[in-house]
Amino acid sequence: MNTSQISRRDNFKFSMLLNDKRYRSYTFQFLALLILIFIMAYLGKNLLENLASAGLNISYSFLGEASGYDINQRLIEYNSQSTHLRAAFVGVLNTLLVAFLGCIMATVFGVTAGILRLSNNWIVAKLMMIYVEIFRNVPVLIWILIIHSVFLTILPQPKAFRGENPEASMLWDAVAFTGRGIYLPKPIFYDGSAVVIATFILSIIGVFAFRFYARQKLYSAGQLIETRWTSLAIFFIPTILVYFIMGNPIGLEYPELKGFNFKGGIYARGSLISLWFALSIYTGAFIAEVVRAGIQSVNQGQTEAASALGLRSNLVMNLVVLPQALRVIVPPLISFYLNITKNSSLALAVGYMDVTGTLGGITLNQTGRAIEAVLLLMLFYLVISLSISAIMNVYNRSIMLKER
Amino acid sequence: MSNNSNSFVRHEMLEERAPPVGEGGVLKWVRENLFSSVFNTIMTIIAVWVIYSITVGVAPWFLNGVWNAETTRECYEILDGVNGACFAVLQERFPQLIYGFKYPSTEYWRPNWATILLLVALAPVLFRRLPKRLLVFTVIYPFLAYWLIWGGSVLIPTVAFIGCCVGGVCYKRFSSGAFATAIILSLISAYLCWFLGGYLISWNEAFLSLKVVPSRDMGGFMLNLLLGTIAVSLSIPLGIALALGRQSNMPIIKWICVVFIEFIRGVPLITLLFVANVILAFFFPPETSIDLILRVIIMMTFFNSAYIAEVVRGGLAALPSGQYEAANSLGLDYSQSMRFIILPQALKISIPGIVNVSVGMLKDTTLVSIISMFDLVGMIRGPILSSTDWNGVYWELFGAAAAIFFVVCFTVSKYSQWLERQLETGKH
Repeated sequence: MNTSQISRRDNFKFSMLLNDKRYRSYTFQFLALLILIFIMAYLGKNLLENLASAGLNISYSFLGEASGYDINQRLIEYNSQSTHLRAAFVGVLNTLLVAFLGCIMATVFGVTAGILRLSNNWIVAKLMMIYVEIFRNVPVLIWILIIHSVFLTILPQPKAFRGENPEASMLWDAVAFTGRGIYLPKPIFYDGSAVVIATFILSIIGVFAFRFYARQKLYSAGQLIETRWTSLAIFFIPTILVYFIMGNPIGLEYPELKGFNFKGGIYARGSLISLWFALSIYTGAFIAEVVRAGIQSVNQGQTEAASALGLRSNLVMNLVVLPQALRVIVPPLISFYLNITKNSSLALAVGYMDVTGTLGGITLNQTGRAIEAVLLLMLFYLVISLSISAIMNVYNRSIMLKER
Repeated sequence: MSNNSNSFVRHEMLEERAPPVGEGGVLKWVRENLFSSVFNTIMTIIAVWVIYSITVGVAPWFLNGVWNAETTRECYEILDGVNGACFAVLQERFPQLIYGFKYPSTEYWRPNWATILLLVALAPVLFRRLPKRLLVFTVIYPFLAYWLIWGGSVLIPTVAFIGCCVGGVCYKRFSSGAFATAIILSLISAYLCWFLGGYLISWNEAFLSLKVVPSRDMGGFMLNLLLGTIAVSLSIPLGIALALGRQSNMPIIKWICVVFIEFIRGVPLITLLFVANVILAFFFPPETSIDLILRVIIMMTFFNSAYIAEVVRGGLAALPSGQYEAANSLGLDYSQSMRFIILPQALKISIPGIVNVSVGMLKDTTLVSIISMFDLVGMIRGPILSSTDWNGVYWELFGAAAAIFFVVCFTVSKYSQWLERQLETGKH
């Protein structure tokens, strides 16, 4: 009898660490960990030495100091006496603003172009193909710069609005498109506006409740209730009534030309507009391809089967094709939203003060705290990306084919 | 049998008549494709209007373009109030746009040849019909390109190449035995080669020497191509390794790879370029100074490899698990099963994705202009637009940059679509 089989554990040889499958993975992991620790230690040592020789240290106290620079596009109160932390926060809000607007507009562009690319109309389909190919194959930075210069040159300067016979005029006397940006009317809330807003929100809830009720009725009693006009009525009538009862509590402040510039209203700077537009038209081209692929991925037989059941063409689209196409479309769509958020860091090229421009730009240059600023910057983007991908994972799980 | 006598039977066929005018040729096509319904007709009219207005807007500008002038002002004088482009800037600043403003003009032939030879080196990789022997040139190419672009003695790349060859041969020779021994031996022999080669280089530094061009003198579209090519070619092996690491059963290795990939994919490239610009230098030993272009290449390689890793992971996941089991049951060990069974199939699936990511990388090389490197966009925004000669010539320059990128990226993406069709192995 071969005893070595039994007492194998005892005569452990050193070479088994490398050649025995049972131990080899431990060896590899141990080595990997060792190498990682070594690299970290080496880089850390270099970092400390370099910092010491440059007389620097790692400290985040600069965040509490006065920033000393101005930010022209901001959503919250800020002036040059505010802290660097507040400047970074203004930047974060600006990033989120342009990313949010960009996502909406890119979806509009992308879905429109994607559906039109599948159109039977030859000329429209080709036109959309040209749009998609041109925008996908040129760097987004070049698009941002081109669109920025388009806005600067095509739109009139504020001085063109002056005089008796101005060269340019405002749209409905309310919106001014100028080379410096777009001026919009700003809503002003007087006393009692809260009631109007509350009524509006309640009526939106009412529309959903009514539709839910109608669906319940349809499924339980087979009773078809007309929803379209009723929901429109619920949506508009109460709010308008309350608005007049409360005595027009919400007004609009129109932008007015004073001196060489417009005053009042909401001012969206040219850099915001061009960045927004460039990001959305660029990403829209990618989304168009995703939408097209999603619609094409639904088998022709599905459409035919739905028609054979007697569904009308819009019902075929809504009940059969879209739910299946969305399963293909939504995951890449969300990753394109993420791309917009990350690409919005190119705001630097047109001077829009997003978080890369404030924290990673002026704050970094003024304080010289490169390591801290860039780390914070990365942390911000990382938090955004990881939370979006967490949401995406939940969604993917919920729409996964439920195989039975 | 013959019914010839029957007069009511037709003996010869009537000639075919042409279909009604509306049912054939162009008219039918137009009716069916452009005016099939009211909605379609409206769409057609809108589309034609869009094309018309773009043409009316751009055509005179393009056709009236001035190709010979010294400055913007001269351009406007020639145009004399007519709407027209000033393409003269492209002509006058062409070398700057392509090579940057510091690359010595007598040496332009070197990047030109490097680009042409790049196509030759890529050909056997891109087109599988070509003979495999051409791959030898692909292996030599990186060293040759280094010599052509950076210059210096030919001995430096030669020694590097010989060292790599010796290492490779050593590995081949011993790889039948233990894997670790072969790796260690090949590393030692390669190092020996480089060590001895060092003496050779110092013995004759001017041997077949080209003028040395430091990295900071590179610029223009050449810099974009250079960064793109190097980052992509380095990141493919790294990306594959990361993807395999992420699939691995060993928790520590998997964990390292996941953190790396998710971190890189979670931050914008511009922050990584900031790292390359202002932080990375802190992590190198105090006395070394690594130039910016190399630091940028490191960060870009990391960036691209994380994305390639995700593409390859998709390819690995797409393989049916039967392939893994089959490889195991044949008694192949991990590296054998990966090399012979899994990776060839997984990479085949992921090639289109890899090409897409790489096109994205090439486009993203323009971001280096933000950390004040003078690539194509950096040249336009910096030295050219700020010069007094060419003040305010935005459209022509950015249009030209867009056109250059479009040609390159469109060609590559068309290639990727072609390859996708080629690689389809009768699934249906």
